[in-house]
Amino acid sequence: MKYAYYPGCSLEKTQRGYDESVREVFEALGQELIEIDDWNCCGATIYMSVKETVSLAVSSRNLALAEKMGLDIIAPCSSCFTVLAKTNRILNQVPEMHKDVNEALTEGGLSYKGKTKVRHPVDILMNDVGIETILHNSKKSLNGLKVAPYYGCQIVRPEKGFDDRENPILLDRMFNKCGADVVPFPMKVRCCGGMLMTTFEDTALKLNMELLQCADNNGADVIVTTCPLCHFNLEAYQDKINEKYQTKYNIPILYFTQLLGIVLGLPEKKLGIDSSFIPMCKKITDLMEVQYV
Amino acid sequence: MEQIKHHGLMSRKEVELRKAFLEQVHIIPAGERINRCIQCGTCTGSCPVSYAMDISPRELIALFRAGEMEMIMKSRTIWICASCYACTTRCPSGIKITDIIYALKRTAMEKKYQSQQAQQVQILANLFIQNLMSYGRLHEGTLIRKYYMKTNIKKLFGLIPLGRKMFQKKRIAILPKKIKAYASLSRIIKKAQEIEMREEPALLGYEPDYVGYKALGELKLEPRKGE
Repeated sequence: MKYAYYPGCSLEKTQRGYDESVREVFEALGQELIEIDDWNCCGATIYMSVKETVSLAVSSRNLALAEKMGLDIIAPCSSCFTVLAKTNRILNQVPEMHKDVNEALTEGGLSYKGKTKVRHPVDILMNDVGIETILHNSKKSLNGLKVAPYYGCQIVRPEKGFDDRENPILLDRMFNKCGADVVPFPMKVRCCGGMLMTTFEDTALKLNMELLQCADNNGADVIVTTCPLCHFNLEAYQDKINEKYQTKYNIPILYFTQLLGIVLGLPEKKLGIDSSFIPMCKKITDLMEVQYV
Repeated sequence: MEQIKHHGLMSRKEVELRKAFLEQVHIIPAGERINRCIQCGTCTGSCPVSYAMDISPRELIALFRAGEMEMIMKSRTIWICASCYACTTRCPSGIKITDIIYALKRTAMEKKYQSQQAQQVQILANLFIQNLMSYGRLHEGTLIRKYYMKTNIKKLFGLIPLGRKMFQKKRIAILPKKIKAYASLSRIIKKAQEIEMREEPALLGYEPDYVGYKALGELKLEPRKGE
């Protein structure tokens, strides 16, 4: 299948590991990603909270570009995914808003009928590509690796989408089938605070400490994430959390596509694992060194 | 009969705030469900940051009914919401609480309520918009640098080690880059702004000057016997 790829601003550089691994994994599984030419920022949740019509017009420009390509959008960043999907929903439910947005888009020589579907890589990999295809292409087993899958808030909420909102299981199933020992992780959809790390740092540090504590208590070797913001908070602020709460967490954080890439036998370098701040645990480095199972 | 008319009257300021808020609620699909709140507190219990709020999410709706919009506008609560949608997912009445809080934020910004907590969030939001307007994409480095320069310059220095680490890992784009269709995007934004200015959405079925259950537009106050 072909998809219109919308990387989003964080994946361009600061979270290049996610971008690189998504592209590699999809290619390895025979899926074609075509980057939307000249996409713009979706506005993120921050924009939504300020101006309604403007934010909808800004994000629908991307939907209109994908509609022209005749492809569904794949958006790995949770924030982009939520905003684009929410824009779709509002435009479908409020016809006046759809009209207004189209009026604005006309100024840029575009129009949007409302046909683009917005999808997340977890959904596509598990529901379209399917676990059988993944296993068929897998080169390594995650045997013995204890994984805590962290979904975060925005890929499953607010609307009922491709997985359960309180207890999503697609990632659990994915890594379980790949041989990993998926540990119980009751905080799998608990919020990491997102941008609160900038505006209310103390609160965000506490939220992330609780997440790390929960993963650690359940014996996780690694936390896998689906969102650049969760990833950054858990990874880049782990030092600060240790300092503030007198803890000694040293849990590597990987994008789910990076770990999946290892399973598919893709080289570490191509998956952007070298961009991680926290060194990988021995189990993972051993896995990366093994060539074939 | 005469006295009844005065029950639940709000000050002019409150009336205006409520009106502005309801205009925002109108844009939310199924926003009118706010009148179904049963005050059960599931939202507060589900919120990962309610412990750090001064007014709980449940209380927000109670205060709105009570005609105390100004108290909400001055609260820390609306600014600390991380929009994780836990409350919205669990509300047994189907109220879109996260979106309601967005509406409250927009109302507070429109009416220029500037508490200290509000300021930080508003600065970040405005810088974000500026950033998007100037390039069409977000340049995180510029956003964070400008934000701390405005709010807490000391912290900016504290971020240097992180910045260095990111640089070493090739995770920083030094300069922001404009998208090619920058001019076309700007025209879209400009037009959307014009549209936003000219719209005057119809209100929900509320009389803006009622408070309490009467604000919900469902109950009618009947004069008691002898009054």
